[in-house]
Amino acid sequence: MSQMPQQTAPSKCPSCAEPLEPGDLFCGACGHDLSAGPQDHATLMMRDALAMEAGPEAARETTPEAGPEPAGEGVGWPSAERGSSSAGPAAHLPTDLAGTDSGGRTLAGGAHAQQAAETSSGVRFDRPGPGEEYPLQAPDPRSAPDHPDTVPTELLCVACRAGRVDGDGYCENCGHAQPRERDHLERESGPVAAVSDRGLRHHRNEDFFSIGHTALPDGTPAALAVVCDGVSSATRPDEASAAAARTAGEVLLAALPRGTHPQQAMHEAIVAAAEAVDALAGEPVSAREHTPHQNSPACTIVGAVVTPGLLVVGWVGDSRAYWVPADRSAPAARLTEDDSWAAQMVAAGLMSDAEAYADERAHAITGWLGADAYELEPHTASFKPDRPGTVLVCTDGLWNYAETAEEMAAVLPSDATGRPLHAARVLVGHALDGGGHDNVTVALLPFPAPPEGAGSA
Amino acid sequence: MANFAKPDGPRFAVDVYQNEYLPEGGREVNAIVTVTSTGGGTVGATGAGNAATAPAAAVVLMVDASGSMDYPPTKMRNARDATAAAIDALRDGTRFAVVAGTHVAKEVYPGGGRVAVADGTTREQAKHALRGVGAGGGTAIGTWLRLADTLLAGADVSIRHGILLTDGRNEHEDPADLKAALDACAGRFTCDARGVGTDWEVKEVTGIASALLGTADIVADPEDLAADFTRMMENVMGKEVADVSLRVWTPDGTTIRFLKQVAPSVEELTGRRTEAGPRTGDYPTGAWGDESRDYHLCVEVPAAGIGQEMLAARVSLVVLQGDGTVRNLGEQGLVRAVWTEDVEASTSLNPQVAHYTGQAELSRAIQQGLDLRKRGDIDGATARLGRAVQLARESGNADTAKLLAKVVDVVDAATGTVRLKAKVAEADEMTLETRSTKTVRVTK
Repeated sequence: MSQMPQQTAPSKCPSCAEPLEPGDLFCGACGHDLSAGPQDHATLMMRDALAMEAGPEAARETTPEAGPEPAGEGVGWPSAERGSSSAGPAAHLPTDLAGTDSGGRTLAGGAHAQQAAETSSGVRFDRPGPGEEYPLQAPDPRSAPDHPDTVPTELLCVACRAGRVDGDGYCENCGHAQPRERDHLERESGPVAAVSDRGLRHHRNEDFFSIGHTALPDGTPAALAVVCDGVSSATRPDEASAAAARTAGEVLLAALPRGTHPQQAMHEAIVAAAEAVDALAGEPVSAREHTPHQNSPACTIVGAVVTPGLLVVGWVGDSRAYWVPADRSAPAARLTEDDSWAAQMVAAGLMSDAEAYADERAHAITGWLGADAYELEPHTASFKPDRPGTVLVCTDGLWNYAETAEEMAAVLPSDATGRPLHAARVLVGHALDGGGHDNVTVALLPFPAPPEGAGSA
Repeated sequence: MANFAKPDGPRFAVDVYQNEYLPEGGREVNAIVTVTSTGGGTVGATGAGNAATAPAAAVVLMVDASGSMDYPPTKMRNARDATAAAIDALRDGTRFAVVAGTHVAKEVYPGGGRVAVADGTTREQAKHALRGVGAGGGTAIGTWLRLADTLLAGADVSIRHGILLTDGRNEHEDPADLKAALDACAGRFTCDARGVGTDWEVKEVTGIASALLGTADIVADPEDLAADFTRMMENVMGKEVADVSLRVWTPDGTTIRFLKQVAPSVEELTGRRTEAGPRTGDYPTGAWGDESRDYHLCVEVPAAGIGQEMLAARVSLVVLQGDGTVRNLGEQGLVRAVWTEDVEASTSLNPQVAHYTGQAELSRAIQQGLDLRKRGDIDGATARLGRAVQLARESGNADTAKLLAKVVDVVDAATGTVRLKAKVAEADEMTLETRSTKTVRVTK
């Protein structure tokens, strides 16, 4: 195609980068409404989106600087940090979501103004300080999704639509298990977003994640994400991944504001996550007594921390982190090295990449968190990217469908920084379209960590 | 002690052992359901021990007094002694009666269509009355059961039980009459049945015990009767709750292929279902003391896609009360079905299911082998009994293996190679047949 149409109408979907036909009103892949925005999306979109981010962020930057201070410097930090690790991210979710959504969707007109209004109202809400934060921090955002699942008000079975659902989640008519909360999870925390899905072939979601954002002692922002994949051949893999992801997330949210170096914090987080998973094996669950031959709960872990200047990753197992520069002409990169049979074969020079990953043993992992792990070897690495981009942490349920960094970059929407939740959904959708053979979990973090307006509560 | 804190009787625990993983298109879900009742602990108590807390029980002892009991004369004497021993094992306060059975049933004690209340005096009176029981006449077991039913129905108790001893075939009554009597008594009282000597029909005795949810056994040597009767009575005295049913809920679109008790013995329950509400059926299990039983449930479910999960059955214990209401006993067990493409998961056999599948086949192989042997089909009998030897060895059922070794010469147990013995003592063959349904539990 010539460049002309590109200027009048986008040649690629601004949302998912799917090639478009002239005259398309909606993207054939993701359904993005192409009529909504101006025509020069494809190229200008990103920069504008970044500018948009920078705009409100810059506006926020001044407020949060005032924000943390009332919360107290030095002595006040621990309480601030606790707040941000528990309810803080959720509390900021509505404002952040509204800002990025409108920012990502349209760049002009009323929406812009509306977005600005929302942003400024968001700033105002933060400004009054801690007193006003508690109403926002009320557990509503988190417990709200729980309630519809647990309150059995005339729940009809999703399978037969005839039976009521019993207290234990099965239809009293056809017996089918009802969707569980973990089947599909979506979260946003500041600039970070994550999506986890059961996939199409597994009966439950054994992946888990935690995301968060906070501030370093010098006030600069930090964002983090942890993704864990339960080992299916072990007992209670879903509990293992949940324990590991929660623990690692909490450790990072506690350590970073204290000034612990992010790489050291990542190491500590993985060690703590491993201990949490080990502890599961010791729990005297009655079911375990009946099946003593089953091995201890186990999972993989991958985490990332971004600050304005630093990108740190850490992992055990075959969950991965990728780096995708905002400027797609620059090369993307895989940041982690699997603890897997395939990776070992390749590293030892015994097999080519293609041969190793075609083998049925490819996914046998050689490192994991769990009481029966040989020796815990947390891998961590620090990077100082010279340009902005997106850090992508995911389980093999995603990278099975986009193995190389180039493939992953190709499926990552170009506006991932501005609309991380949407981008994470697109990535999960890519895995499901490919067959969804495993649980799929992905978290996206922008680099550099944007100045945290609503930030540290 | 703790008994006072449990006015509602024992507590039931339900544990489910299964491999819930099915391959794509898989439709058969198998589970072993272990039901354990605890909280009573009166097994073995005799005399006045637990009279204060144990539920009221009534027992009718039915003793064969047909003419054959005098050949040899020791048989009648031993039967009287055994009944006396059972009477001694009666807990104070228990209602009881003694019936002598011939081609008609006759009340020996206390008479008048009533039951006596056990105490020192009535026990002596009953034993005295026993001495007057002589042998003479035929055998019509249906009439004994109907009299027992009348006597037990008159007693205001929660646990009703019979103990029946016979030495001969049910010759003076049409088989249909016995069947009708069993149908009439089923669910009204439980009954243990014993055959003494070798002139009785195994299928009659086991049929009585099966229909009335009791145990069946052979007492080949009349000398052993007293000890066996005492054990049976102690077992009855340990019962705490009667009319317990296994309640099974299965979802729409499923079929229960079978439900059988598999421990302590194999007992087919599939056909004994009574509907108890939408998609729910009750299967009788009789009376329970402190004990544990295993059930094998096989459910056919509609095929579902990979990644689907459904509940294939809920299993709980209920007690049917006189007023038609139902009381739930303890928690319920869930039997699940999960479809997976993990071949290792979907093809692995649950050890409990495999074990009891083998035990049920063992029981069948013995019965078929003995039937073929009686019909003169030596090759068929050798093949089936050889398979039985192999299964008994594999599952560690040593008692059954020993009984088999009295009927066949074992050449190689591992491959099931056997030769039929040329001469087999009748008692050995009957013992094997009577006890062919006895199972052992999975060795932990």
